[in-house]
Amino acid sequence: MKRGKGRNRKGWLANAALCAAALTVIGALVVLPLGVILAEAFSGGWRLWAASVAEPEARGAILLTLAVTALAVPLNTVFGVAAAWALAKFRFRGRSLLLTLVDLPFAVSPVIAGLIFVLVFGRSGWFGGWLAERGLKVIFGTPGIVLATLFVTFPFVARELIPLMSEQGSEEEQAALSLGASGWKTFFKVTLPNIKWGLLYGIILCNARAMGEFGAVSVVSGHIRGETLTLPLHVEVLYNEYNFTAAFACASLLAGLAVVTIILKTVVELKGARDAA
Amino acid sequence: MSISIRQVSKTFGAFRALDGVNLEVPSGGLTALLGPSGSGKTTLLRIVAGLESVDEGTSGEILFDGQPVTDNPVNRRQVGFVFQHYALFRHMTVFENVAFGLRVKPRAQRPSQAEIRERVQELLRLVQLEQLAQRFPSQLSGGQRQRIALARALAIQPRVLLLDEPFGALDAQVRAELRRWLRHLHDTIHVTSIFVTHDQEEALEVADRVVVMNRGRIEQVGEPNEVFQNPATEFVMKFLGDVNVFHGRLHNAEPVFTGEPAAGDAVRLLVRPHDLTVQMQPGDGVSLQARVYRVLLAGSLVKIELTSQGRVVQVHVPHETYRATPVVAGQEVYLVPKVSRLYGAEAEAIEYVI
Repeated sequence: MKRGKGRNRKGWLANAALCAAALTVIGALVVLPLGVILAEAFSGGWRLWAASVAEPEARGAILLTLAVTALAVPLNTVFGVAAAWALAKFRFRGRSLLLTLVDLPFAVSPVIAGLIFVLVFGRSGWFGGWLAERGLKVIFGTPGIVLATLFVTFPFVARELIPLMSEQGSEEEQAALSLGASGWKTFFKVTLPNIKWGLLYGIILCNARAMGEFGAVSVVSGHIRGETLTLPLHVEVLYNEYNFTAAFACASLLAGLAVVTIILKTVVELKGARDAA
Repeated sequence: MSISIRQVSKTFGAFRALDGVNLEVPSGGLTALLGPSGSGKTTLLRIVAGLESVDEGTSGEILFDGQPVTDNPVNRRQVGFVFQHYALFRHMTVFENVAFGLRVKPRAQRPSQAEIRERVQELLRLVQLEQLAQRFPSQLSGGQRQRIALARALAIQPRVLLLDEPFGALDAQVRAELRRWLRHLHDTIHVTSIFVTHDQEEALEVADRVVVMNRGRIEQVGEPNEVFQNPATEFVMKFLGDVNVFHGRLHNAEPVFTGEPAAGDAVRLLVRPHDLTVQMQPGDGVSLQARVYRVLLAGSLVKIELTSQGRVVQVHVPHETYRATPVVAGQEVYLVPKVSRLYGAEAEAIEYVI
């Protein structure tokens, strides 16, 4: 009994030490910077914060970010579901190659991804001449930003769904088909409800990354003020101009987005776990 | 609805799952596809359902009532398919699972809400699970899930009912109960049914006709007692129940059991445990010397384990017979087959009557 108690006390000490260490790291690397952002953002009072967020260039950046996200997230949701469906439910030649390609955006540095688009669609790139003849501007324009965002955020939905769909197998779909359902009905009535929480989780992560992406977008954007600056790029420009209060004010919006994302993510995880039980 | 299977072959990569299979399934019967794993029975069932296609470039065909359905996809064949692992829709209640086939019908053919409710209730009554309508599949036992899967398959009034190892994932007691229940259900609804099993007892007990498969081919088709009493091949004989194998050779057209496996004229005598008698003296025809190893008295039959030609031999005799001529371990006796089959190198039966 005595020994058991001693071991328990030791266990308690170890637990406390580990918790303290984890909290210290999180405090220093996450909570403190978040606090600094908020403190700096509101250092000139909330009026100045509101003015920084509402001035035309900031508003332009917010709208551009929202527009890019509104395009990239639905597209990647469709692509991600299609890729996961093909990869998880079918065995075909080239499957492992496709599986590797899905992961490529995670493996490639975003800056390289941006450069690839410049090399392909830029003025001296492969399709640059063809695009210029038709007056289409991809690089240093919104299309380039959307492309870069699509590339970088592609894996989120697919990666979330592949293990889930593989585990579920395709027997329920086969059952639905044998009962006379068409392919689309099978997808909307059986496949989609079975993956809804995983899908939502993937969309939330994809959305957060689409709004926050910096590297790839920075390369293709060209930093044209009021035109091709997304919110993260706008923060950078302000910061480089020593306009710290405005920079942190805009940064606080992105930080707020992160907090909302984490809360949503937790809710979805809990819901999903409850449904699975 | 009768089903005709004509020249059906199926290859997966280098594996030949089905090799030119022909089979006629008469209307209204309950047919078992019986075979070991890898014999092609599930593949054949899935091809009938339309869940797999026949090999391209072959003349393989599936006909329902003489009409070819080979090119119809599964959702246009109107077949009821029951999966080994139930495949119930996990996010739907039992009621919605059974209603699914009715709800996905094209608008013109779709029954009204009231009709759907009535039909589902009727099916749940048929499988005796009305009280579970609002449960989710995860809240049911294996046996209940399989009955719901069956009700769901029957909802679309299938032309044929196909069951893939329907009791394979259940424990022994539930399995025995459910297969009796399936037989009763089939006697009530008479829909042409095929079920796949690797359990010979299940096939012989439940089916009207048994199709024994091996390595992508059909070995024998017949009524349960017919395939059991007159197995066409050595494989069927071995697969349908316990057998004792005695190795010998043909000598002047008579089998001789010297115990040494001989080449060329090698023959094998196959006898079921209940077709051997234990005697103290050698008989007139074939009799094999053996030594009693163990006697098991517990059970409905007395099980005598002996050794003969260095192999273990099982004999099952009724208790009365045993009481008339008891044996003890270590005793030297003679084994005389009452019914046996002799197989040569080609594994087909050789006409030989003892």
